[in-house]
Amino acid sequence: MLEDKNRIFKNLYGDESFSLPAAEVRGDWKDTKEIISKGKDWIIEEIKKSELRGRGGAGFPTGVKWSFAPKEVKEGRPHYLVINADESEPGTCKDRDILRYEPHKLIEGCLIAAYAVSANTCYVYIRGEYVNEGKVLQEAINEAYEKGYLGKNAAGTEWDLDIFIHYGAGAYICGEETALLESLEGNKGQPRLKPPFPALIGLYGCPTIVNNVETIAVVPTILRRGSEWFASFGRVKNRGTKIFCISGNVNNPCNVEEEMGIPLKVLIEKHAGGVTGGWDNLQAVIPGGSSMPLIPKNICETIIMDFDALIEAKSGLGTAGIVVIDKSQDIVKCMARIARFYKHESCGQCTPCREGTGWMWRMLERIGRGESNISEIDMLMDVTKQIEGHTICAFGEGSSWPVQGLLRHFRKEMEAKCSDQYHLRKDII
Amino acid sequence: MPKVKVDGVEIEVENGTTVLQACEIAGKEIPRFCYHERLSIAGNCRMCLVEMERSPKPVASCAMPAAEGQVIFTNTEMVKKAREGVMEFLLINHPLDCPICDQGGECDLQDQSVNYGGRSSRYELNKRSVKEKYMGPLIKTQMNRCIHCTRCIRFAEEIAGVPDLGAINRGENMEITTFLEKTVDSELSANVIDLCPVGALTSKPYAFEARPWELTKTETIDVMDAVGSNIRVDTKGWDVKRILPRINEDINEEWISDKTRYACDGLSSNRIDQPYIKKEGKLIPCSWEEAFLKISEEFKKTANIGGLVGDLVDLETIFSLKNLLSSVSGSESVDFRQKDFYIDPSHPSNYLFNTPIAEIDDADLFLLVGANPRLEATMINSRIRKNFVSKKTEVFSIGNPGDQTYKINLLGDNLSILKDIEAETNSFADKIKKSKRPIFIIGESVLNSKQGKFVLETSKNILKKYNALSGLNTLHRNASSVGALMLGAYNTNQDVLKNEILYLIGADEVEIDNKNKFIIYQGSHGSKNTKIADVVLPGAAYTEKDSLYVNLEGRVQAAYKASFPPGDAKEDWKILRALSDVLKKPLKFNTIEQLRSKIFESFSIFPEINQLPKVKTENLSIASVDTLDSKVQFTSIDYYQTNEIARSSKTMMECKTAREQLAKTGTDD
Repeated sequence: MLEDKNRIFKNLYGDESFSLPAAEVRGDWKDTKEIISKGKDWIIEEIKKSELRGRGGAGFPTGVKWSFAPKEVKEGRPHYLVINADESEPGTCKDRDILRYEPHKLIEGCLIAAYAVSANTCYVYIRGEYVNEGKVLQEAINEAYEKGYLGKNAAGTEWDLDIFIHYGAGAYICGEETALLESLEGNKGQPRLKPPFPALIGLYGCPTIVNNVETIAVVPTILRRGSEWFASFGRVKNRGTKIFCISGNVNNPCNVEEEMGIPLKVLIEKHAGGVTGGWDNLQAVIPGGSSMPLIPKNICETIIMDFDALIEAKSGLGTAGIVVIDKSQDIVKCMARIARFYKHESCGQCTPCREGTGWMWRMLERIGRGESNISEIDMLMDVTKQIEGHTICAFGEGSSWPVQGLLRHFRKEMEAKCSDQYHLRKDII
Repeated sequence: MPKVKVDGVEIEVENGTTVLQACEIAGKEIPRFCYHERLSIAGNCRMCLVEMERSPKPVASCAMPAAEGQVIFTNTEMVKKAREGVMEFLLINHPLDCPICDQGGECDLQDQSVNYGGRSSRYELNKRSVKEKYMGPLIKTQMNRCIHCTRCIRFAEEIAGVPDLGAINRGENMEITTFLEKTVDSELSANVIDLCPVGALTSKPYAFEARPWELTKTETIDVMDAVGSNIRVDTKGWDVKRILPRINEDINEEWISDKTRYACDGLSSNRIDQPYIKKEGKLIPCSWEEAFLKISEEFKKTANIGGLVGDLVDLETIFSLKNLLSSVSGSESVDFRQKDFYIDPSHPSNYLFNTPIAEIDDADLFLLVGANPRLEATMINSRIRKNFVSKKTEVFSIGNPGDQTYKINLLGDNLSILKDIEAETNSFADKIKKSKRPIFIIGESVLNSKQGKFVLETSKNILKKYNALSGLNTLHRNASSVGALMLGAYNTNQDVLKNEILYLIGADEVEIDNKNKFIIYQGSHGSKNTKIADVVLPGAAYTEKDSLYVNLEGRVQAAYKASFPPGDAKEDWKILRALSDVLKKPLKFNTIEQLRSKIFESFSIFPEINQLPKVKTENLSIASVDTLDSKVQFTSIDYYQTNEIARSSKTMMECKTAREQLAKTGTDD
């Protein structure tokens, strides 16, 4: 259990005001100038040492990402910092609370990160549905401008930074970093081909670093308290604290900041008030937002929550959006609903995802309704394999992994719903 | 120069090569739908997946740059499985209506599903259906078949410069459409039909006309404008069914204009298919003998004979006519100008497009003087746009030609600006000073007796000053003009129309007062000048004869016979040859080979076929001219109706109507 003094987000529940005076009492904007005066290399090195991994889902080491930004800013090619606040992953709501309760952590992080990657402009791409959160963030940005923490010579650091908020229009795919950049440029939100990576050719063709809200918001605290402090939590390569979002069939759905590597059972029992109907009523857990494969109860008993442990369990930490599913749920129908989400949110650019997501959803629906032949289960598995890894962006994996998780752990339940008597052709006419 | 290994074969490729190109160099075929070498890379069809060492996932070879030390596999189980998977996904929502699809037989999806597809279909649910979209009179849509490769979108945006096409909605509801379901407003629009790898966009006029394997294919030359685009004419029996582009990097790359492609239905209507003689004010069908005898009678009466050739006339015909008239009457009175047209034939550079078309790509400054390349020479315009897009080259213009699909900086519309540039009092002079390869394009609109000399000489002066005379270009509109000029088929002293006997070959635009004149009209299509003619002789159109054409660069190209002239109609030079026998002044050639060698013997200026003429601009004489205060007046161009074939074409009429509709705002009467 994380002690209160080690919490980064002290106002995660909105008990206090988000505004600047209250934030300063909580420690934000303290010694920003001193931190920045230590130089870019020190900041990047310190972040590398803290072993902070991106909190947006992929878990790429943040310090390494920053070091990809070119050292020199070329004439006519300014660097950009883009904050990905397009939090749309079902089961995830951590950025939302940061935006509305702790916006100054993010803004201060923006200044430090922008300085570290030599950017003078920062865009916050915020989910269109987060209208009020955007308003709060804008208010906080205004406060920071008034206080001289942003704009020319921000916070006395001799670094200029302007932050602009851009609202998305409600497309899940715009949370993918290159689709986000496309959308920010005013185009249809479709992922770009990589390489080139945004760190070299990103927004308007210029070097761009895209980071998640949580990643940037924890940076100032790490630098203030030292990388050793942050690295003292969790296991090797899975360091620090993390906000977990627990929802679904629990008694007390909540966001909670915890140490990386905390056992899942502890998280659910201690923080979320336990599974409805008791631990034995647990059927499965989606550990990292809807795009991660679910894990059944027997794995949930022992699993610890960090990137590598979950990968070993053939799942992933993702955004740490934990969705608890108890035994009252029809697991096939749950997954069919998730598949429908991915069918709806596929951008339609590349073939496997455009055509495959709809096919998966329809098959799952039919299996859920008990209208399938048993042979379709293998076919479903095959389809997920044909999507996975064949697409432009990671959406292919995101849409096929939950189905694969279902097939891996709940094949018996699916087979029980199917029949070998059923012939596909029947319902077509 | 990175070295990559493809299926065990090590090859060295140039920098900037993609993995797909590297595989092709290594002789491996990579299936693809969205990739096209002339369009930007989309990487969305995922058909070109290959396995790469140290990459856990297969990579899209079209988008992956080849890099040192890559090890690529194109024939592993992983690649095979990936291709089968993508193929299956493409086909689950494809209607598989090949038997009623016009793309059948030349469909990438068909071919690749045979080669790379898996077993039979496993998808047994309902397929997606998509409403058809209206894209104008040329493009037939059947959007159920679309595989969303976005080639058409990229073409419209990048090459044609009309952002009319796009994809709406997302996921499996994505649809390719012209956003407002209007006609695609481009002269290049029909190229998307060739680009479409499936039967989603097919040709409307050619719908259900023929199957590709029934067609006879003839590679030939287009005559709709002076560019001489390379085309392939597909015929079924006598009928020209369709015209497709042929790749020629020096001229049209692999695009052709809509007029080139679709005026061909004019070849089968409004044809003159037998000789006529005018009796009592009426044209009466007659035999060749009667017609020739009548002509020979008239020729005996006077030596005052003039010849005028039209827009689409080939070298052989012009040469034969010129020789015939000079042997019969000693007359040199053959001309090609049907309107007021200034020429200075003292040096070929004065009338040629001196910059080879392919070198338009290298230019770093353009000046249009009274030129509207979009309508006058569409393929040249697409080159200018290509340069504009890739290098952001500035294009300036004297006179406003309207939308050219790229940004035009107007210098004004008074030709005196040229004098200002010469005197370096116009800011454009600085631009040209800095430019290494400026290009001046002079349009026919200003090449008239009043302005022509001033424009030509002043332009030469300016270019000479900056040592860039090779950037002097005259933009001809007609396929016959440059050939006629090189053959000397012009008469500077005398108006041809003053002659008592007029021999018109396809000259259907000129206004003639036929009082006290004997008029012979030889041509392929009926026109207003057929009506005033006393003898009408049926000729062949450009697809019906072996002939030579000279394009605006002075490049001689050979057109081949794809079809036959209808009825009694004959190839034009043969008519003239036969007539010369009747007139007892036989022309000294009997075959097309003899005729051609005569042409090349008599006129050393002609280069070998497909070569550019060896004309040097250095020793071009330049006259000094006084300043001229005169505005550019664009002669109106009815793009879809510029010649007799286009005017006879139903499709071109539809295009014209569609464009007029498009221009309507909804508030006009």
